[in-house]
Amino acid sequence: MAESTLSLDAKNRKNLPLEYSTEEGDLRIVGFWMFLAAELVLFGTLFGTYLVLKSHTGGGPTAQDLFKIGPVMAETLVLLVSSFTCGLSTLELRRHNKKGLITWLAVTIILGLVFVGLEANEFYTYVTHEGATLQTSAFLSGFFILLGTHGCHVSLGIVWIAGILIQLARRGITPVTARKAFIVGLYWHFLDVVWIFIFTAVYLTGWVM
Amino acid sequence: MMDSITNFLSHFFVTGDPMIYGADASIALVSVAVLAVLTYFKKWKWLWNEWLTTVDHKKIGIMYIIAALLMFFRGGVDALMMRTQLAMPGLSFLNAEHYNQVFTTHGTIMIIFAAMPFIFGLMNIAVPLQIGARDVAFPFLNAVSFWLFFAGAMLFNLSFVIGGSPDAGWSSYAPFAGIELNPGVGQNYYVLAVQISGIGSLATGINFLVTILKMRAPGMKLFKMPMFSWSILITSVIIIFAFPAFTVALALMTIDRLFGAHFFTIAAGGSPMLWANLFWFWGHPEVYIVLLPVFGIFSDVIATFAHKTLFGYAVMVWSMIAISFLSFITWLHHFFTMGNTAPVNAFFSISTMLIAIPTGVKIFNWLFTLNKGRIEFTTPMLWALAFIPNFTIGGVTGVMLAMAPADYQYHNSYFLVAHFHSTLIAGTVFGIFCGLHYWWPKMFGYLLDEKKGKWAFWVFMISFNICFMPMYFLGLMGMTRRMYTYPAGLGWGPINFIMTIGAFGMGIGFAIMAYNIVWSAIHGKKDTTGDPWDGRTLEWSIASPAPEYNFAHIPTVSTRDAFETMKEEKRAGRAKPPAPFKPIHMPNNSGIPVIMSAFMFVAGFGFVFWWFWMAIPGVIGVIACLIARSFVYDDFHHIPVDEIERTERAAGRLS
Repeated sequence: MAESTLSLDAKNRKNLPLEYSTEEGDLRIVGFWMFLAAELVLFGTLFGTYLVLKSHTGGGPTAQDLFKIGPVMAETLVLLVSSFTCGLSTLELRRHNKKGLITWLAVTIILGLVFVGLEANEFYTYVTHEGATLQTSAFLSGFFILLGTHGCHVSLGIVWIAGILIQLARRGITPVTARKAFIVGLYWHFLDVVWIFIFTAVYLTGWVM
Repeated sequence: MMDSITNFLSHFFVTGDPMIYGADASIALVSVAVLAVLTYFKKWKWLWNEWLTTVDHKKIGIMYIIAALLMFFRGGVDALMMRTQLAMPGLSFLNAEHYNQVFTTHGTIMIIFAAMPFIFGLMNIAVPLQIGARDVAFPFLNAVSFWLFFAGAMLFNLSFVIGGSPDAGWSSYAPFAGIELNPGVGQNYYVLAVQISGIGSLATGINFLVTILKMRAPGMKLFKMPMFSWSILITSVIIIFAFPAFTVALALMTIDRLFGAHFFTIAAGGSPMLWANLFWFWGHPEVYIVLLPVFGIFSDVIATFAHKTLFGYAVMVWSMIAISFLSFITWLHHFFTMGNTAPVNAFFSISTMLIAIPTGVKIFNWLFTLNKGRIEFTTPMLWALAFIPNFTIGGVTGVMLAMAPADYQYHNSYFLVAHFHSTLIAGTVFGIFCGLHYWWPKMFGYLLDEKKGKWAFWVFMISFNICFMPMYFLGLMGMTRRMYTYPAGLGWGPINFIMTIGAFGMGIGFAIMAYNIVWSAIHGKKDTTGDPWDGRTLEWSIASPAPEYNFAHIPTVSTRDAFETMKEEKRAGRAKPPAPFKPIHMPNNSGIPVIMSAFMFVAGFGFVFWWFWMAIPGVIGVIACLIARSFVYDDFHHIPVDEIERTERAAGRLS
């Protein structure tokens, strides 16, 4: 854990943003990028599974039968805006503005909650109105698990950001809290990117094909 | 009431087999003995402070190796049971169902709970020392990885006394592994236990990738790293790209079994072939996860005991990179016979054969390293030298299997079984035994006895050939894998009998090694220099056993054989006087990893039995541990200068 083992010495770190200003912060951010690479494979596998099973409706409802454009557009809009507010929070972090950082992260959480609520409602509608459940067909198994995994990630992100908000309120912006806020931002943007693929591969192709 | 309790217990515990009762009794006795010894010697606090909560990579490595050796024993006993059953035609030592369970647990345990953790143990011990670092990038996460593996291993091993073992093979093909055809809890154990330890493996991959990329000593460019560290860098990348696919596959199988989804079922549009693809998309890279690290070990060991620099260093690295890339585009060769079109089979056939090229390059480089070297026949070197021809046989038969049309003849025969044991035993097992003897003094400060080590080597290596050489011919004679018995009159009996003798010989070899470990713990030669082998890399530049902080001064590296260069400079009188010590920043111990894994175990056990009242609190416990960790801020301390001085003086490092 010695400072000298890194390519950057302490003097050079002074010019970096706060989250990169310690060796520990640097290591963890790099580590998180590696984790996101693993997440990419995880979601890639789920997408692959969904696309293989998409036509395997087993006599149950198809994508065209189920997907409604309204709720999906609302979910998309809310999540994209939350990614934007999350970006604003990182901007405030760079400006060392604790109040701005906390505010925008709080807005991100609220939008995240709205997204999870909308998605839960969408699932509820499928299950109660259409009788489309996880057990109905391979297509629906793939659908619920792909979207459910994304939804669980968003829910976890909400709990995570909430924890970081408490730490920010208590400790202010330090190299450690800055690193945590930055990393959760990476995570949140990643989920947004995944959603864009879900929107394309699940909903758009579901409507069209 | 009484009846329902009896009924429950008779299903909960595996009953009706005297061998299982024997296992029950021995598990109970060993557990009681361990608890009694710990209590009698008042070692609970020591155990908790020194081991259970440690984040020191060297101690975590030692725990990995102890656990892996135990798992080797378990997997080995499974193997001996199978060989006993097959020793002669028509035996009834094991019935068909029991045999299925035994080959399933043998494969799963050997790959996931013995080979991988053994390699993780060796890399934990050696990699930070080889690259001149004081710990891994994420010491806490490292402890989490270990304890997740441990929880998974315990959960898996519980299956044979509680609820029943999985019996669908280590590859657990759907639909047989699905709930309709395999309704008990056995396959639940498989999916959950492997999942839990798999999460730990993924974390290890990330941890070591960042460690190697970011924490190398000054001057150690990537192409100046020791070959073992290179192999772990590449292995880590494979882990990161292969394991999530398996995580998903196992999760989908779990959801199929627990919640009635239709990913891999036959009904409602499920696709059993999807499992085969996902499994082997991880499973083929997995064999390189357990092979590339031992390539690294052999490279370091051969260079050390030939007392020469490694031949063709850059080519060695690029070969491993090529193998790691190819490992991701060969998975379909595991099921050439399962209805692919000819062009698809042709592609995977060629991609598989291509792997022989970089592997062959490595074999030649090892041979050229030996050429004109001053070869010293130590125990680690014997394992390394035996690896070259034995592994090459496994490689060549692999190319035979890679020919898709010919594979229709060999597929799932004992020819295949012989092939992958030739690679996994002559490669992985020889490699980890080699690494174990090689790094043992660095772990414990004394050497394993050479004479007993060599006995273990010769007995094991010769027995390996007695067991697996005839197996190729048995496969060509038509015996398929996973048969629990065979009739007399097919001419298979004598060969099977010889193989069984070989298998027990390997058991004896392993027992000699275990005896050597115990003997050397008492009588072993002390390693006072820290450099018992005249090593070439940085781990030999520090005292044995390595101090907590590894390096009192972070070394500066200028060549590939960093320590060899340092020794030469010292001999030439060019060594610089050491700088004064500075306080060293170290991570604090933490109880969270072991507690979190205990919750994970509870959750896993609950899911195995569909007991959601148990599983859900377990999951909540895991999340609570994660949150608790997020709020820990004082997670490091400094080792003061006088303590460093004291430690270095005690190790004879200050003059």
